[in-house]
Amino acid sequence: MRGPVTQTTMDFEQPWTLENYLKVGGYQALRRVLTEKMSPDAIIAEVKVSALRGRGGAGFPTGLKWSFMPRNFAGDKYIVCNSDEGEPGTCKDWDIMLYNPHLLIEGMAIAAYTMNVKTGYNYVHGEIFEAYERMEEACELARAAGFLGDDIMGTGFSFDLHNHLGYGAYVCGEETALLESIEGKKGQPRFKPPFPASFGLYGKPTTINNTETFASIPYIINNGGRAFLELGKPNNGGTKLFSVSGHVNNPGNFEVPMGTPFAKLLEMAGGVRNGHTIKAVIPGGSSMPVIPGEIMMDLTMDYDSILKAGSGLGSGAVIVMDETVCMVRALERLSYFYHEESCGQCTPCREGTGWLYRIVHRIEHGQGRKEDLDLLLSVGENIAGRTICALGEAAVWPVQGMLRHFRAEFEYHIEHKRCLV
Amino acid sequence: MLSAHIQEQINRELKKYPVDQKQSAVMSALRFVQDEKGWISTDDMSDVAAFLGMANMAVLEVATFYHMYNLKPMGKTTITVCTNLSCTLCGAEETVAHLKTRLGIGLGEVTADGKFGLREGECMGACKDAPLFTINNKRLCGRLSNEKIDQILAELDKS
Repeated sequence: MRGPVTQTTMDFEQPWTLENYLKVGGYQALRRVLTEKMSPDAIIAEVKVSALRGRGGAGFPTGLKWSFMPRNFAGDKYIVCNSDEGEPGTCKDWDIMLYNPHLLIEGMAIAAYTMNVKTGYNYVHGEIFEAYERMEEACELARAAGFLGDDIMGTGFSFDLHNHLGYGAYVCGEETALLESIEGKKGQPRFKPPFPASFGLYGKPTTINNTETFASIPYIINNGGRAFLELGKPNNGGTKLFSVSGHVNNPGNFEVPMGTPFAKLLEMAGGVRNGHTIKAVIPGGSSMPVIPGEIMMDLTMDYDSILKAGSGLGSGAVIVMDETVCMVRALERLSYFYHEESCGQCTPCREGTGWLYRIVHRIEHGQGRKEDLDLLLSVGENIAGRTICALGEAAVWPVQGMLRHFRAEFEYHIEHKRCLV
Repeated sequence: MLSAHIQEQINRELKKYPVDQKQSAVMSALRFVQDEKGWISTDDMSDVAAFLGMANMAVLEVATFYHMYNLKPMGKTTITVCTNLSCTLCGAEETVAHLKTRLGIGLGEVTADGKFGLREGECMGACKDAPLFTINNKRLCGRLSNEKIDQILAELDKS
């Protein structure tokens, strides 16, 4: 079953071709916007009605973000697509770029028209080179066909899009680190304010959206904001791509309505792997706090429901763990990741992520101390809220989530110097 | 000296950015060097700096910040295995163990004949295909089993 928003070409053997994209009504939304000269205010209003929220993890309302761009700024302005998908568990934007690259191009072109921008960049996660190549090829074809470049479809509107390949830095998924990276620097986040809408790429007004966010725009233009909203539920408009990985029989990306029961999504992913039972789920990418399986089975997949359960929908990456998983080992691997990926700019994160990793590591290796669990929480308090970007919180939330729900397993590890499972 | 091919590739990248923002092409310039030579030496960094009108230090900062640059010689074929959570849940530890045995090297090492290098990587954004590795940062191979790894290694050995 394919989703109506981002998976429009999936019935074709070669879903990525321009020819197939045009067959499913591709570039009609852009044509309509440009030929009818729709007013930017009307487009933003439509996006607001849709209740589309940023699909990269933060869930910020897209229409509101677009309205922050200074309309009458005289110099260059930019839009940037954040395809630096490196939040462990997340692999949805990869599919959009590989299988529906023109959808992203069309969404960005409409955004560019709305914010009166002439140049866009798509920052692609370094490890998925095939997606970068696919986007490069698609941009070439779109340019040749008159959907990108000067005087698009003869309407006088010009917009060009370029792809920029990352090269292995999780922190570049943070939007200002990403801008630094495009500028040819190490990707260290900027202090905000100023926000990118006033001081972004090359110091110019810039709007950054996630791949799936831009890819949702053509649907909204074609069908109206209300239709998109009604795909999901109030305050949680649309469908959403969920990447389901870990201990399931059929891992994959599934575009389902916001508010779909988790149990249904799990079923689509083939259920928990053969004969095993669900123990825990990380519902929105590795930085979101873990939720015990039995609680998760009663939740629906949308921002409000997951937030109420003490976690976050994040990027929509669902990592399923069965009863064989040692939660100490799982946390050790995640803490190693955040330690490894801390950019080193802020002391609490640079030092604190090392502390978190070393403490969890010693618990896992039978050298945990009784006071370690309180120490973990105390280190966490010294990181969260004290750093320039959210990587600090991203490192702390998994620790807090694990201790909230699986403290007994950690205590057992410390006391018996071995695993409970 | 950067080869004519690398210069040509960089010049193509430069067209993406404003004329006064040549530094934006530094990441791809370093990538092109690595594609050609297998790794990036400080001499290469100086060449890139000269070509883009950057300070040597600014290029070094970039080369040492991003994990996918090889700052020492690696194999003709370098395999980078993801060991993050989704991959570990799906058997990445066994993937690494099998590669170590088959290649006779540890992580961060190169085979004596220089054919293969082995690295550990962080999340590659392809978790539904776990466990997985990349080959020379270009080709992603997923849903690995020991048999599939053997098959890929045999194919690489021939090329």
